[in-house]
Amino acid sequence: MKKKSFSWANLYLILIFVLLYTPILYLIFYSFNAAGTMNAFTGFTGEHYQALADDTRLIRIALDTFRVALLSSLFATVIGTLGAIGIFFVKQRKTQTTLLGLNNVLLVSPDVIIGASFLLLFTIAGFRLGFFSVLFSHIAFSIPIVVLMVLPKLEEMNLNMVTAAKDLGANNWQVLKSIIIPSIKPGILAGYFMAFTYSIDDFAVTFFVTGNGFATLSVEIYSRARQGISLEINALSTILFILALGLVSGYYYVQQQQRTRRRKLTDIDPTNHQKAVSP
Amino acid sequence: MKQLIQLAAVILGVSGLLYIGSLYVDRSEGSAGSDTLNIFNWGDYIDPALLEQFEEETGYRVVYETFDSNEAMYTKVQQGGTAYDIAIPSEYMIDRMIDEGLVHKLDQSKIEGLDNIDADFLDLSFDPGNQYSIPYFWGTLGIIYNDEMIEEGAIQSWSDLWNPQYKDDIMLIDGAREIMGIGLQTLGYSLNTQDDERLQEAFDLLESLAPNVKALVADEIKMYMIQGEAPLAVTFSGEAADMMWENESLHYILPEEGSNLWFDNMIIPETAQNEEAAYAFINFMLRPEVAAQNADYIGYSTPNEAAMALLPEETIEDPQFYPTEEMMENLEVYENLGYEYLGKYNDLFLEFKMLRRE
Amino acid sequence: MTSKQNRLLFFPYFIWIGLFVLIPIGLLIYQSFIGIEGTFTLENIVTYFTSATYLTMTLQSFIYAFLITVITLLISYPTAYFLTQAKRKDLWMLLLILPTWINVLLKAYAFIGLLSQDGSVNGFFDWIGLGRQQLLFTNASFLLVATYIEIPFMLLPIYNAIEEIDPNLLNASRDLGASSWESFKNVIFPLSLSGVRSGIQVVFIPSLSLFMLTRLIGGNRVITLGTAIEQHFLVTQNWGMGSTIGIVLIVLMVLTMILTSGRKKGKKGVGRS
Repeated sequence: MKKKSFSWANLYLILIFVLLYTPILYLIFYSFNAAGTMNAFTGFTGEHYQALADDTRLIRIALDTFRVALLSSLFATVIGTLGAIGIFFVKQRKTQTTLLGLNNVLLVSPDVIIGASFLLLFTIAGFRLGFFSVLFSHIAFSIPIVVLMVLPKLEEMNLNMVTAAKDLGANNWQVLKSIIIPSIKPGILAGYFMAFTYSIDDFAVTFFVTGNGFATLSVEIYSRARQGISLEINALSTILFILALGLVSGYYYVQQQQRTRRRKLTDIDPTNHQKAVSP
Repeated sequence: MKQLIQLAAVILGVSGLLYIGSLYVDRSEGSAGSDTLNIFNWGDYIDPALLEQFEEETGYRVVYETFDSNEAMYTKVQQGGTAYDIAIPSEYMIDRMIDEGLVHKLDQSKIEGLDNIDADFLDLSFDPGNQYSIPYFWGTLGIIYNDEMIEEGAIQSWSDLWNPQYKDDIMLIDGAREIMGIGLQTLGYSLNTQDDERLQEAFDLLESLAPNVKALVADEIKMYMIQGEAPLAVTFSGEAADMMWENESLHYILPEEGSNLWFDNMIIPETAQNEEAAYAFINFMLRPEVAAQNADYIGYSTPNEAAMALLPEETIEDPQFYPTEEMMENLEVYENLGYEYLGKYNDLFLEFKMLRRE
Repeated sequence: MTSKQNRLLFFPYFIWIGLFVLIPIGLLIYQSFIGIEGTFTLENIVTYFTSATYLTMTLQSFIYAFLITVITLLISYPTAYFLTQAKRKDLWMLLLILPTWINVLLKAYAFIGLLSQDGSVNGFFDWIGLGRQQLLFTNASFLLVATYIEIPFMLLPIYNAIEEIDPNLLNASRDLGASSWESFKNVIFPLSLSGVRSGIQVVFIPSLSLFMLTRLIGGNRVITLGTAIEQHFLVTQNWGMGSTIGIVLIVLMVLTMILTSGRKKGKKGVGRS
């Protein structure tokens, strides 16, 4: 009985899996098409990859895109995590609600509005459009996502631990370092992950605030693909996909290693027993 | 905690490597010179080989960025945080930008080869005496159709678009002035009508066109028409030339009622930082052989008389792309409408797009 | 924590709120009172609330965003639930999130290829005898692609919420004789609602502004509020009207957020007592 329902679940997962991957595999498949279109596969060729390798502009844009994504999500994670802790420990309920509301404004604003208002901001500040305007914008719109990912973890945190640590004479920094951060770590990682995804995925905000020749992949693909699909772009998606797949496998491997190690540790950890007993 | 800090360090390290990587890529482009020329142009509007040639000849490094509408370009230039040395807007936008002091006044003594340009394209109303802009390309708006789906010769005028036979078949260019213009010209009015009643009349007429419209897009029309996704589309002449090159079943016509005549000119924005390079580029593009190669590659009509002599005869004798004097009389140039009427055109067009719902 | 140290640590966060939330909103509000001729006026807001065009568009936009959110939720919730039950769930989860790392424009273009007249989907329809259909530029394909793009963003928070449920609770409910359906209904589902709530927030709002997709897949047939704002800012240059639409949207959204977060706290309080 149990086994059977399990296989239904797997079937459903596989179906979703196929649905999510069809467009990507489609792009990859046609990146080898000799015909140069995405309609009829006439023969195998690697020429689109050659064209990509020769396209220094696209390669530079790809590198820039990843740099913006990595850096913006890092800064957003640091600022957002501290912000979440700040919001959580605010005593007055009213202030907390207000802060949360402000935090969510960027989240609820359509990205077109974010882009437009940031453009207004940079215009008034006389800020030069380019790498830094894009980086700051990405940090700005990623912060609320990080807060959203970290807050639930804070709510779950055992507050008695904090009180206990303080009773034992720990200062705020020690509490933050040894108790709060470790217990919200999964939230922080998830926050970084989401921020990275948002940054890589963003088109609208970057479209508004970029300039002086700086571009991210979205903006470049938008301007290229409107002129008809070029299979060079397909070749690029294949490479990006393989890269992402590699990163994910690496991440998974590391996680598995840690898990087995942790399991061994918790087996002999005496506090583990206590935790299980306490309500 | 320690782990998180390590992770952050790794991320910073990788970002540093990416930065070094992009510097390295820049250097491998061969032109490491810091003397750059920033060009802001329409997508797919120059032969990339010419940019390379320009870099080789002059030693300037070209940074090339594209826009998809005059308005998007205007926003970026007006914002002030950019430093484009060359931009290539259309005539009505140039008019507006000159009014707002966004365009650098050209030093005529630094320009060589202006006499290559056909006098018809000089000294036009939007820029008398070419004090601010130099002609780049010109063209018209018309209808392109696929003879596999529509009988050859069946389309002659704008009013043919209303044929109920073409339900859900037409791809329109996504532009307020273009589409409102179709309504106005079908009724025999001017493209620059500033009369509420006539505009409303044009809108009512367009309302009955809605069922025939498949999509309102822009550059994508090229790809879709080549692939045969739609039987007919309203598009610009140069785009049409490109499509016909790729797909022999396609035909471009200039509608009987008349059409829009437009010019794209090179300007130096007021925010430019490398004027020397900008003048070098303008002079380079004015050369007959360069203009001819560009026109051959892009498919738009060149205003460069000396270059026309270098183009294949069948190209310059095609009346759909180089219209006869008589046809030219039916063509009308957009004027700067001013905020009030531009707003009205835009509002009506937005309403037209809403109609598309049903 | 003392409030003094508090402040020091959260300084960057408050700077961020000031610079990138308060000032931009201020600018938007200011801009919304600026007419197309650059003068101070109430014209924009009046036009918005009296024009049938804008009001219908707003309604439509909400309907589409609502549909996208509901479909995404219906697909993602079972996926998230089954995932938590699966072996190697971390690997599955990563694989399902992976497509978000492929640029959204690339995916949109893949769909253009898939859905076109000569595309693979039509090839399949032809093969099973349905004949070729007009797929591109229809509302259905707009919904399909939008849902496709949003699924991972709904999936992740729900999955996390279910994952966080204390296994002891489930063990307890099983020990008390609950069937797996009863456990799901009485334990997992109520506890996963916080994830559903974040998922909805993360999906609903971007869905209002999918202006790229309305153009690429919808052929500008579907007009959303996002399209209207983009048109006003980048095409018609009527920043005032664009800002007005933006402000209306932000106000509505903030109201929704206040309502949902208030309810959330109340519920939790009841659960704890």
